[in-house]
Amino acid sequence: METLLSLTIGLLVAAAVYLMLARNVLKFLFGMILLSNAANLLIFTAGRLTFGEPPLIAAGEKLPPPGVANALPQALVLTAIVIGFGLFAFALVLVFRAYTTLGTLNTDDMRVAEPQEEADR
Amino acid sequence: MSWLVVAPILVPFATAIIAFLLRERPLGRWISVAGSALALLAAGLLMAQVLGQGVIAAQMGNWAAPFGITFVADNLSAVMVVITAIAGLAVAIYATAEITPRMEYLGYHTLFQVLLAGVTGAFLTGDIFNLYVWFEVMLIASFGLLILGGRPEQIDGGIKYVTLNLISTVLFLSAIGLLYGMTGTLNMADLAVTVGQVENQGLLTVVAMMFMVAFGVKAAVFPLFFWLPASYHTPAFSVSAVFAGLLTKVGVYALIRVFTLIFDRDIGYTHTVLLWVAGFTMVTGVLGAAAQMDFRKILSFHIVSQIGYMVLGLALFTPLALTGAVFYLVHHIVVKANLFLIAGVVQRLTGSTGLSRIGGLYTHAPLLALLFLVPAFSLAGFPPLSGFWAKFLLIKAALGVEGWFIAFLALAVGLLTIYSMTKIWAEAFWKPHPDGIEPRIAMLGRAERWRLLTPIAGLAALTVTIGLFPEPFVQFAEATAAQLLDPSSYVTAVLGERP
Repeated sequence: METLLSLTIGLLVAAAVYLMLARNVLKFLFGMILLSNAANLLIFTAGRLTFGEPPLIAAGEKLPPPGVANALPQALVLTAIVIGFGLFAFALVLVFRAYTTLGTLNTDDMRVAEPQEEADR
Repeated sequence: MSWLVVAPILVPFATAIIAFLLRERPLGRWISVAGSALALLAAGLLMAQVLGQGVIAAQMGNWAAPFGITFVADNLSAVMVVITAIAGLAVAIYATAEITPRMEYLGYHTLFQVLLAGVTGAFLTGDIFNLYVWFEVMLIASFGLLILGGRPEQIDGGIKYVTLNLISTVLFLSAIGLLYGMTGTLNMADLAVTVGQVENQGLLTVVAMMFMVAFGVKAAVFPLFFWLPASYHTPAFSVSAVFAGLLTKVGVYALIRVFTLIFDRDIGYTHTVLLWVAGFTMVTGVLGAAAQMDFRKILSFHIVSQIGYMVLGLALFTPLALTGAVFYLVHHIVVKANLFLIAGVVQRLTGSTGLSRIGGLYTHAPLLALLFLVPAFSLAGFPPLSGFWAKFLLIKAALGVEGWFIAFLALAVGLLTIYSMTKIWAEAFWKPHPDGIEPRIAMLGRAERWRLLTPIAGLAALTVTIGLFPEPFVQFAEATAAQLLDPSSYVTAVLGERP
């Protein structure tokens, strides 16, 4: 199972890097989404995988039975997903705003803040 | 005493909420000033406590470390919190004169206070995942501040700032995941203990490099700094001052923290990489600045260059070098925020920050010229200002380990810094204004004048104070360096006494 997930993560990262190398900002953003999901899966996998052992503590017990799933990586992933969602919502609106204000999504044409002929501005 | 550790974080958050409720009224901006003053008080109390007792730790919800969330204040954290509060207060006062009601309505003061809370949280947290969360708090607030106003340059700069910082964030998160997979803990003090038990030390170095790249983007080191000069000259002056003073320094702080506490096992590799990075950062930054003709762009490139000095202190990894790095951090925040604030006044008086389009400030606004000279000369390292001692400590440290070449580089970069500062001086201050304008300070309204110049004068006074009486500051920095090199007091404060 670890192998399968590792391959999935690798595939996601490869696709993400391909998309992020594009000049189009929107494609870059889609790449970022894939990359952050790859990171989430990475945390999940690095926390060790277990099957069908929910971390539940039986009534009257103080400790869960040994060998249960590690709940912490899942909590981390959950936090990361929420934060990532907020960031991407913002980034998407920013890209849309850039498209309406600057009239382009091509990073090479975004030269308003750093004009090429600026030696004597 | 745990409330003392979290108070500097809670105060800005509370201020942010009140400022949001009052964002339509002029009172909102004074809430922001009052909140910043209160935060400074809280930071001062924390500092006094740390000086008296040594490292203090607070466990949230009384969950014992390493299971709960820990906040730790050692010397480095405490001094960074104090200096953040000082810069925050200065910028909050300045913002009352600069920020328009429209921007206030859109939540400027709220975002500003959340940014301060995020920065302070990053300095105080003792948990590496929590550090990620504070980075995010800081980042989302900075996104908002950067594009507030919505001019095309801001959107353009914002795209570059946001995208590159998102990459660094994901890298940071992945590195945390891998580190957790190897050690099974996220508590930084516990990590300092458990990394020694990891079997595969090579893999640990790989993760260390991931952290270095992630924090390197935040700290704007070579070759990861491109987002900084692309965006820092676009927002309001208050915003670029607080960014310039604090944001990159959080990256440097994180580098120092992680590479003294956790990744200090393969120094031959990691710290050599850092040394190269430091050299290239110093040189590219200062050369980039030499090519610019805009007040704020020159200053932006100088941030990059100065970050190199701080990383140099970490890379040399001797007590003296770390002393220099800590001293440099404090000095740099004061000086850099001040220079950006001055750029704002210059723009108000002369109508631009493009150096070829302005002038005449020395003749008509000699007070501003004097106020500019203090941080500018301090940045370049003139005695007896704070920058001289910072550079002196670092270069002495470099010579102490026979790093002749890096010491030479540091000196040469200092010289080139003077070149840029004299360029600003000659263009903006010395030559007459090309349009014949006489930029007088009296052009500002009476209240405006006070609100703009008080923070500048205050920060300049601090620079001079550090420069004239460096002894207590150097002693403090020495104690900080000793704490960083021997993390046992940090670990004991968090985890308690161990057999």
